[in-house]
Amino acid sequence: MVIKIFKNFIKRMFSNIFKNNKQIKLGFYGPPNAGKTSLANRICKDFTGEELGSVSNVPHETRNVQFKEKVEIDFKGKKMVFKMVDTPGIATKIDYEEFLKYKVKKKDAKKRAKEATQGVIESIKWLDDMNVVVVVLDSTENPYNQVNITIIGNLVARKIPVLIVANKIDKKKSNIKKIEAAFPEYDVVGISAKFGKNLEEFYESIFKISKKVK
Amino acid sequence: MTNKKRGGSLGRIKGFAIQFLPYSEIKDLDSNRRIKKILGVVLGNNILILQGRLYPEEETRLIGDTMAMIGHVKHFKGIELAVISGNGQEGFIENLKRGIVNVLSGGDLGAITIIGPATIVKEIKKNPKKIELLLNK
Ligand SMILES: Nc1nc2c(ncn2[C@@H]2O[C@H](COP(=O)(O)OP(=O)(O)OP(=O)(O)O)[C@@H](O)[C@H]2O)c(=O)[nH]1
Ligand SMILES: [Mg+2]
Repeated sequence: MVIKIFKNFIKRMFSNIFKNNKQIKLGFYGPPNAGKTSLANRICKDFTGEELGSVSNVPHETRNVQFKEKVEIDFKGKKMVFKMVDTPGIATKIDYEEFLKYKVKKKDAKKRAKEATQGVIESIKWLDDMNVVVVVLDSTENPYNQVNITIIGNLVARKIPVLIVANKIDKKKSNIKKIEAAFPEYDVVGISAKFGKNLEEFYESIFKISKKVK
Repeated sequence: MTNKKRGGSLGRIKGFAIQFLPYSEIKDLDSNRRIKKILGVVLGNNILILQGRLYPEEETRLIGDTMAMIGHVKHFKGIELAVISGNGQEGFIENLKRGIVNVLSGGDLGAITIIGPATIVKEIKKNPKKIELLLNK
């Protein structure tokens, strides 16, 4: 116990000494299929030329936390360095039969489901480590989903700044107002990660809340 | 509460029941025991209606433990979780921010938390008449 505290102390000391290469740990959280990876990819591609992970219309495509270190975002002459952390979608239920609808083979579907359950656990574990979190929601879906509220509740309890992104505004059914109504005390930025719509406002907001991080 | 018939295998709508848990029954439990109790009820093929609500950290614990059970407990595909609060979610998050969580968690007696096995809830959604019939028996 004492040793553990001591170890943590040393770790913290070191990370403070090397603060000059400090980067803000920026997490992408949300339910499956909302577009977390699509958004993380777009940002990484814009500023590093490389993407972060694979995107799919089949839910639970991301089943491990994946990240890219030292992504320098340059916005209107200002620069900030981020560790981009893309997480598996969080769900309260996972049924392999859902994947069969997407023509995934039964054996693969079962494997995907198993990995997806691990992925959810991993996402939750990583929460503690984030400095800023973007909660990505599909703006064509009902925002009053307990998973969304659980994620935001946990961020608030940990005092981690939150930005809510209403993704897929290119779609007809998209409804940003509904998300704003569900989370009135938050900035909600409507974007299309797929088509790169309204990213300026997104960067503006990210810079604004990241400045609060010491 | 209503349907007393029990003992059906998990996920079978015929054997499910609704169980009410008053706040007084979880009030003195630590998080560990709370989650255990809740999952016990749900794994017994019941829909749980809980007076009050969980802490955000307890909710993520519940989700994590649920995930760990999928694939290990036969027919278990996870849970459906909903919180209905008189104050609305805005009030909840606002209070979290101000640090008055302890009054809320569990203590937010105006809130109701509903937790059920995903398979049962899916069945009910597919055929809402079925549950009416079961409850009227
Ligand atoms: N129309 C539209 N589709 C989008 C947009 N963003 C993402 N998508 C699509 O939504 C699906 C899911 O996107 P992902 O980026 O894989 O979503 P995710 O949140 O990472 O999903 P998981 O990894 O499964 O949790 C894919 O088919 C994307 O092409 C958008 O802005 N507009
Ligand atoms: Mg993904």
